[in-house]
Amino acid sequence: MSYGSPSIGPSSPPVIELRALCRQYPATPPVLALRDVDLTVRRGDHLAVVGPSGSGKSTLLAVLGLLDRPTSGSYALDGVETAGLGDGERTALRGQRIGFVFQAFHLLPHRSARENVELAEIHGGGAGRRGRSRRALAALEQVGLAHRSDFLPSRLSGGERQRVAVARALMGAPALLLCDEPTGNLDSANTEALLDLFDDLRDQGVTLLIITHDDAVSRRAMRRVRIADGVLTEERGAEVGA
Amino acid sequence: MSPPATRLRVKRYDPRDLLTEALVGILTRPLRAALTTLGTVLGITTLVITLGVAATAADQITTRFDAMTATTVSVSAPPPHPGSTDLPLLDWDGPDQVRPLAGVTAAAALAEAPVGHDLPVRASAVADPTLAGASIPVVAATAGLPAAVRGTVTAGRFFDAGMVARHDRVAVLGDQAAALLGIGDLSQAPAVFIAGQPFTVIGILGGISGEQFLAATVILPPTTAHDRFAFGTPGRVLITTALGAAGQVAAQAPTALAPGRSTELTVVAPPSLERARKGVAGDTNALFLVLGLVSLVVGAVGIANVTLVTVVERTGEIGLRRALGAARRHIAYQFLLESTGVGLVGGVIGASLGVIGVVSVSAAHRWTPVLDARLALAAPVAGALVGLAAGVYPALRAARREPVEALRSGL
Repeated sequence: MSYGSPSIGPSSPPVIELRALCRQYPATPPVLALRDVDLTVRRGDHLAVVGPSGSGKSTLLAVLGLLDRPTSGSYALDGVETAGLGDGERTALRGQRIGFVFQAFHLLPHRSARENVELAEIHGGGAGRRGRSRRALAALEQVGLAHRSDFLPSRLSGGERQRVAVARALMGAPALLLCDEPTGNLDSANTEALLDLFDDLRDQGVTLLIITHDDAVSRRAMRRVRIADGVLTEERGAEVGA
Repeated sequence: MSPPATRLRVKRYDPRDLLTEALVGILTRPLRAALTTLGTVLGITTLVITLGVAATAADQITTRFDAMTATTVSVSAPPPHPGSTDLPLLDWDGPDQVRPLAGVTAAAALAEAPVGHDLPVRASAVADPTLAGASIPVVAATAGLPAAVRGTVTAGRFFDAGMVARHDRVAVLGDQAAALLGIGDLSQAPAVFIAGQPFTVIGILGGISGEQFLAATVILPPTTAHDRFAFGTPGRVLITTALGAAGQVAAQAPTALAPGRSTELTVVAPPSLERARKGVAGDTNALFLVLGLVSLVVGAVGIANVTLVTVVERTGEIGLRRALGAARRHIAYQFLLESTGVGLVGGVIGASLGVIGVVSVSAAHRWTPVLDARLALAAPVAGALVGLAAGVYPALRAARREPVEALRSGL
């Protein structure tokens, strides 16, 4: 699995580019979940979005993951402007460029770790059936779980399950790993192990965007963005509002 | 940097992957899948049994109609009371009396050996211990017997009226009797010894389709049998009729044979067509067909219901698949294939049970089971179609689930 040779910094190409992005939910009065959000995430970035519940984190995740459409503004993912895309194109883009990691792992309970990882290629990515199981094993290797490839999720620990989910997200070398509270169901030891894994991945050039409310998680990130009442603020550096 | 937009096509759901995913989807909940198939199984079973029994019974009508029983009438006289002075009810000229009746194609009179007469039959005058157990009855019959029982003389000839008139000491063997006695070649004019008296075997009668017992008998001319073994008057007159004439002949024959005392005769005639049809109608009742269709509908509703529950349960899985890049239609295909699979399994089981049912019903009625092979093949297809139809609504519901809300619930 190759992510090219990342040149991290302001010069590397943007993976996420949000410009004046708004998401409004119809209600009386209308709820503005995201207000004029500007954000640039470059290749190889490790970015944490922190904020209390109800701050708009979930909405941001849904928009970034192409699971929801913004009301206004522009969102370019890996150089592709998503505003004018149809449902099918958004689905294809999601399947090819984004790897998801969820708080509740979302592993199919009756499938082995390897089969769960293979699921990513069944629906997304460009590869066919040939060599799929080899690629799945490689992804499990990457998260240090090759020896558990035939285990059912029920026989894995929480930390191991989340690493299987990460392996699944890594299938097809996505441009972006989108993690929604990845440590929410883990104890501190497993959280630490997962964050070490994220560091490794970042070193390999994987772009990480982690949505969390856990300070321990966000402290390990390169960049930290705070969201409150739908407004994004970069905590250090000057990436926001470019 | 930006890849061409034409590459943004949803990945094709490889049919093999789709099949695997659907199969696993069914098999991970085996008990539920089994219970879900039950309705389809019942429906298909009922349909196959109803249609199969109908076909079997319909064929039964034609078989009965075609069969020799439909054209055979047998008139028998009760054995005379000892010491009775009444004239016998049947006489050897009985066949001549019924032959003028419309519809009669052949007739013969038949007498069995008088009670109390033991007539051992041997192929040679020397007692052969190996044949000790074989007991071959002796009967007397008129010259028209081969036609009356639809037999064919496989070797030699049957005795004719002249031989009967001359009281010739000739015998015709039923084919089984000939085999028992070891007589096959008639060129040497072999003899059989009945109670020690020799008779020349002039023919072998085979292929008897009515009165099967005659195949294992020695048949003598009535005159000869009367002379030698005190055979009396015939006990039965066998009549072969034209197709459809059996009922009428059965009504007229007793009068022709024994005018004035016809009621004392017993007539065995084939069951009338109306009665056969009535018996069949009970089995092919349209009610069963309706019942089968109703259970099929119930089966479909069951599949739809369970699939709907499954869709709700698997909300998280749907969300995950969508997040991984599955299009809405892929989700729909998968649920559709799962419900179709459940219906197909129900159809296969139902068809099997139905075939077993048809065979059982046939066995109970001593019928030949008749089943259109296309019915046995169409039944599983019907089950699959039921599953397909039942899956449409749940599949659409599944496809319409928004991935965001779907992901909020766990797996």
